[in-house]
Amino acid sequence: MTTELKKVGNPSSVTQKMTLIQAINDGMKTMLAEDETTLVLGEDVGKNGGVFRATDGLQEQFGNDRVVDTPLSESGIIGTSVGLAVNGFKPIAEIQFMGFIYPAYDQIMTHVSRLRMKTMGHFSVPMVIRAPYGAGVRAPEVHSDSTEALFTHMPGIKVVCPATPYDAKGLLIAAVKDPDPVLYLEPMRSYRSSREEVPVEEYHVSIGEGNVRKEGEDVTLIAWGAMVPIIEKAAQKAEEQGINCEVIDLRTLYPLDKDVIAESVKKTGRAVIVHEAHATGGLGNDVATTINDQAFLYMKAPINRVTGFDVPVPFFALEEHYLPTVERVLKAIQDTYQF
Amino acid sequence: MEDKFPIKRIIDDQGNLLEESFKDQLNDQFVKRFYYHMYRIRTFDRKAKNLQRQGRIGTYPPFEGQEAAQVGSALALGPGDWMFPTYRDHGAMLTFGADMSRTFLYWNGRVEGCVPPDGKNIFPAAVPIATQIPHAAGVAWAEKKKGTRNLAIAYFGDGATSEGDFHEGLNFASVFQTPTIFFNQNNRYAISVPIEKQMNSETIAQKGIAYGIPSVRIDGNDCFSVYFETLSAAERARNGDGPTLIEAVTWRTGAHTTADDPTKYRPDNQGIDVVEPIIRLERFMKNYEFWDEKEMEEMHVLIEDEVERAVQEMEKYPKAKVEDLFDHVFANPPQQLLAQKESYLEHIKGE
Repeated sequence: MTTELKKVGNPSSVTQKMTLIQAINDGMKTMLAEDETTLVLGEDVGKNGGVFRATDGLQEQFGNDRVVDTPLSESGIIGTSVGLAVNGFKPIAEIQFMGFIYPAYDQIMTHVSRLRMKTMGHFSVPMVIRAPYGAGVRAPEVHSDSTEALFTHMPGIKVVCPATPYDAKGLLIAAVKDPDPVLYLEPMRSYRSSREEVPVEEYHVSIGEGNVRKEGEDVTLIAWGAMVPIIEKAAQKAEEQGINCEVIDLRTLYPLDKDVIAESVKKTGRAVIVHEAHATGGLGNDVATTINDQAFLYMKAPINRVTGFDVPVPFFALEEHYLPTVERVLKAIQDTYQF
Repeated sequence: MEDKFPIKRIIDDQGNLLEESFKDQLNDQFVKRFYYHMYRIRTFDRKAKNLQRQGRIGTYPPFEGQEAAQVGSALALGPGDWMFPTYRDHGAMLTFGADMSRTFLYWNGRVEGCVPPDGKNIFPAAVPIATQIPHAAGVAWAEKKKGTRNLAIAYFGDGATSEGDFHEGLNFASVFQTPTIFFNQNNRYAISVPIEKQMNSETIAQKGIAYGIPSVRIDGNDCFSVYFETLSAAERARNGDGPTLIEAVTWRTGAHTTADDPTKYRPDNQGIDVVEPIIRLERFMKNYEFWDEKEMEEMHVLIEDEVERAVQEMEKYPKAKVEDLFDHVFANPPQQLLAQKESYLEHIKGE
């Protein structure tokens, strides 16, 4: 964690141990308290405090005008948020699971992401769309999708995905303060898997900045969200075999931090990219392109990718076979190192 | 349902006043204002069609036949209100204060055409169907939260009522009682699909019942009926009484767009019995002695001049800047986008 604190600056002396979901809640609470135009809206976010409790206690504290239970209506949530955002409010809209975002895809693709462009900046849509994503929690069908590439492909919207409680709060605040729309993806598998000290006060983690979580010389491992703990464990195991890995958490998926990727790969000459999304058209391809463009002559081995397969995210009986595992990542590290 | 939602009208096809109670309000100045705007947008619309035929603008969707619906509704709005039009509602936009040369620019593929004049809350015309309906609910919700008396009006056609966003938008507006007017122009065709294949409901107005939204069915070719019903809906909205659904029954005289051939799907003679709205208003004006041939002639000339000037202005508008391709996607463009811009500008240098 120390590297992150140094990078962001102004770490509060007062911290509190939080899980990732508590940090998200704390980030929203901070922004609701700071600016009364900030709104939280979505299905079950009010009285129930969210199906994961991400918005727990917010309606009690800020009232049902600012923390709003909406109809079950994803396109309606995003569509009305467009109206709220252009007319002076800052909606933080929750889509209950990323797999349910598709009815709103039209709104995000045809309006949220391009209203600024089509009015030459006369109208803009400063809003945050929060969505829990990913497999590994034995959730029902369609609750485990990881389709970030559908959105990183979309011009006009930023996409962030924290892996740690510290980044979760800092990125949420940065997203709320951003003048443009931000899709904020939450690794539900990491919601309560660990705790760390998080500043109680307001701070932000800049959008567009990746983070080197562990320095290493031999192989660069690149991931985000719920795959960060997987590559960290794989790095530990590789260490036991004498392979020294550098671990990068991208944190922001659009715009990519090309510098952090390039610098690391220039040093190691090897890269393994890991994501749980499907292989074809996955964001890993853009990471690979970055390496190709900026570090080609430094490469000692072909870029390796460990990803979900080109199959719909399976029912949970088979999800551990779908998801990249520490073992699969370790094998990729060994193959790359021994190429 | 047609019994429950009879088509309301104030003047009939022959220009006879049906509702005596409006007699005093329909004075000379008032009536001529409607005529002026309807003739003005008709002239714009016909000019746009011609420009498209000459290859001077791109594909264009004419609104001829729908002038009463667009002018009547737009004139009922206040300066702080918000308009959410579709691509066939440039008549309403022009009446509400959109710039005419910029409107031509839009149809000539220029993004400048979406930028409203300062202080005019006019959204870019929605091209996807019905997506603007939740926007109007959201903007109106914001006005309600701010405690103003402003409202939002969403325009949409009959086909839009089959889209999810129509239902989601109406439901949100109903649940949060937003000051929104859902203004439907039922022109009876969604490109080639007639209303009876679009829905198995007799009216669009009845769809308001499902959402607890007051609704009304009006003769969309009667500009006065459109105006006064929109005004009532606006008053309800401003007084905190929530949204209204208006079904204005009208008729698209021509093609869906300049790329469309309606003879492929419309029976011969369909619609020939429809008295188009400008003729109807002219008959009314002649019946009630508002028509002054010379004055009208002068008005026509002024309008035709205005449209010609707008075309000239559109055509002498500076060339589109390549930088604009990149500069308005984000408030602060990310490095990779700036790199794409720089590299492309370098590539075309000297061309």
